[in-house]
Amino acid sequence: MRRTFKAAMGAELAALALLAGLASAQAGSLKIESWRNDDADIWNSKIIPAFNKHYPDIKIEFAPSAPKEYNAALNARLDGGTAGDLITCRPFDASLALYQKRQLDAVDGLKGMDNFSDVAKAAWQTDDGKTTFCVPIASVIAGFIYNKEAFAKVGVSEPKTLDEFHAVLEKFKKDGTYVPLVMGTADQWEAATMGFQNVGPDYWKGEVGRANLIAGKEKLTDPQYVAAFKEIASWAPYLGSGFQAQTYADSQNLFSLGKGAIYAAGSWDISTFRGQAKFAMGAFPPPQPAGTTDCYISDHTDIAMGVNAASKNKEDAKKFLEWLTTPEFATIYANSLPGFFPLAKTPVKVDDDVAATMVGWRQTCKSTIRNSYQILSRGTPNLENELWNVSAQVVNGKLTPDAAGKQLQDGLDKWYKPAK
Amino acid sequence: MPESVSNITAQMPRAKLAGLLLFFLGPAVAIYTLFSIYPLVATMALSTYTSDPSGGRHFVGLANFETLLGDALWSKPFWNAFSNNLIFFAVHMCVQNPIGIALAGLLSLPGLRLKGLYRTVMFLPTMLSVVIVGFSWNLILSPLWGVAAGALKAVGLGSLFAPWLGLESSALVTLALISVWQFVGIPMMLIYAALLNIPEELIDAARVDGLGHFRIFLHIKLPLVLPTISLVSVLTFVANFNAFDLIYSVKGALAGPNFATDILGTFFYRTFFGNQLQLGNPTMGSAVATVMFFIILVGLCLYLFLVQRRIRRYAF
Repeated sequence: MRRTFKAAMGAELAALALLAGLASAQAGSLKIESWRNDDADIWNSKIIPAFNKHYPDIKIEFAPSAPKEYNAALNARLDGGTAGDLITCRPFDASLALYQKRQLDAVDGLKGMDNFSDVAKAAWQTDDGKTTFCVPIASVIAGFIYNKEAFAKVGVSEPKTLDEFHAVLEKFKKDGTYVPLVMGTADQWEAATMGFQNVGPDYWKGEVGRANLIAGKEKLTDPQYVAAFKEIASWAPYLGSGFQAQTYADSQNLFSLGKGAIYAAGSWDISTFRGQAKFAMGAFPPPQPAGTTDCYISDHTDIAMGVNAASKNKEDAKKFLEWLTTPEFATIYANSLPGFFPLAKTPVKVDDDVAATMVGWRQTCKSTIRNSYQILSRGTPNLENELWNVSAQVVNGKLTPDAAGKQLQDGLDKWYKPAK
Repeated sequence: MPESVSNITAQMPRAKLAGLLLFFLGPAVAIYTLFSIYPLVATMALSTYTSDPSGGRHFVGLANFETLLGDALWSKPFWNAFSNNLIFFAVHMCVQNPIGIALAGLLSLPGLRLKGLYRTVMFLPTMLSVVIVGFSWNLILSPLWGVAAGALKAVGLGSLFAPWLGLESSALVTLALISVWQFVGIPMMLIYAALLNIPEELIDAARVDGLGHFRIFLHIKLPLVLPTISLVSVLTFVANFNAFDLIYSVKGALAGPNFATDILGTFFYRTFFGNQLQLGNPTMGSAVATVMFFIILVGLCLYLFLVQRRIRRYAF
């Protein structure tokens, strides 16, 4: 019958660790640990050659794992002493735990670190903000991508406010040619990341609300959070039929086949759509609730790189990290991977028009990171897991917005005591 | 008459006997110890520790188990996973095994043509990767492009269709039925093999007495294969309480909607390896794995003492 998965997992990790051990780096070469196996081509053909123009003697190997198993595999390799020299950092606690276990070095002393704002560095700092342990690489922005042909055919334009947004959706529903809003709840995170965290920051005023939540000055039962849940609950009539069983891949296909009008998007979707969709696309930021003037976007710090404290080649690793802070790297990265936006202060020219639109929102709106990521997802129950669960249920109509806020806050209250 | 084996070994010098035992049993004992017993003991040992942020481990005795079963934060999801697992098992017992028995009975009918073809086709899904099975059924049942909605509509039952995999009320049973579809070949093959072992004379005698195929199956064949059926039930029990892969590949580690498809395997995975922002907790995960082990152990003991001993075996 079936192998037990435990044995399979264990064997897999052991094999990974063994392979990593066999390929351990010699002096003058660096190995990069990453979960971005989708980008291996770009690292090998563009980023590493560009670095080698400056430092021809440093050989770099990009050695990615599958995203799902990256954390587990990386931890196993770090514990076993076989991990690569450069570690791609997940945001917040996953990397903080590595720093606390002394498996990542601090990077404050590196040349070029002043090229990043405090918000950009926040995801890879100790709670007191005094030490940074990874060099920020990129963030992802949430918003809505739309099918320009569908908009022209039905005769609507980009909505600025939520009222306009609902009018547009209603028009598409009446027309019947397109699924008005493409989002599914089967994978749960779509409802949280592209729903709640996408339109929510306008309600809780971005970083202000996020900081207040951490300080305990606001609760998830407060009206601004319940209102965000009410908004995503109102999307249900405009989603595709059977959206409860619609997976993320289904959503991507539905939109890129031209059957959907508006797609609740993360900027990382752009490269997928560029490869598949045959129609012109545009993007608009989360429409604003009535009575608000400032706009906020979820500009979420997602990827960074640090140096393995046990590396035998820290000199070269630091040279590479310093190069990551330069505009040269930022330009290559932003244009090879449209939708991943560099975090350095120096502005970068992005060629892809949808990506350029999205990164342009940084000029008019205030950036914020997802409010469940820093500190608040440290205990049990895990806030991010809970948020996926309740957001999907709210959209499914199984949980009222008030009950959703209450469940989240009750969970948080069980373990989180804000610093006084 | 050839000398019996026990006499041969009794006359052997001790050293030679030990060498012989080592030669034949050694590899199995070594492999089994290395890959089954050692990990099991190590997991149990790990479950009595806890780790601090700097990576150090401290012995805490049974504290992890007290938290798991006594603290509502842990015990609620644990018992939810346990009861889902029971439902998952019940569906297999009530659907997979009866269908397996029925298919085996049909296959063993005398004079059935294309037996080999049926057998192969029905066993085929068992050999498919779970990821492929999950992916295919996801597509078949998809409300967007699945064939299920169209097929129901074609026979006038279109109104019955629902996004089953996405509804709290039906997701678990749907997944269990997909698993049944995949693994129904195993009870079928085992019981089929047992049916073939029944001597022809018995069947002939029954036929002479005037019994039809169905009554022969019910009154003669079925009682004779009961030991195999109980073996199949036990294999189903163990496999179901270790299940994980199908749920993980279709619903992910968070086993939605609202944990309606969360079983012990996915609960263990989340605890041990973490999920998104939830960091993996190997010590607590080991506690979950240990409890899973004891659940299976208790189930097996109940079976051994209550069922196995009462089964009558017939030797032909």
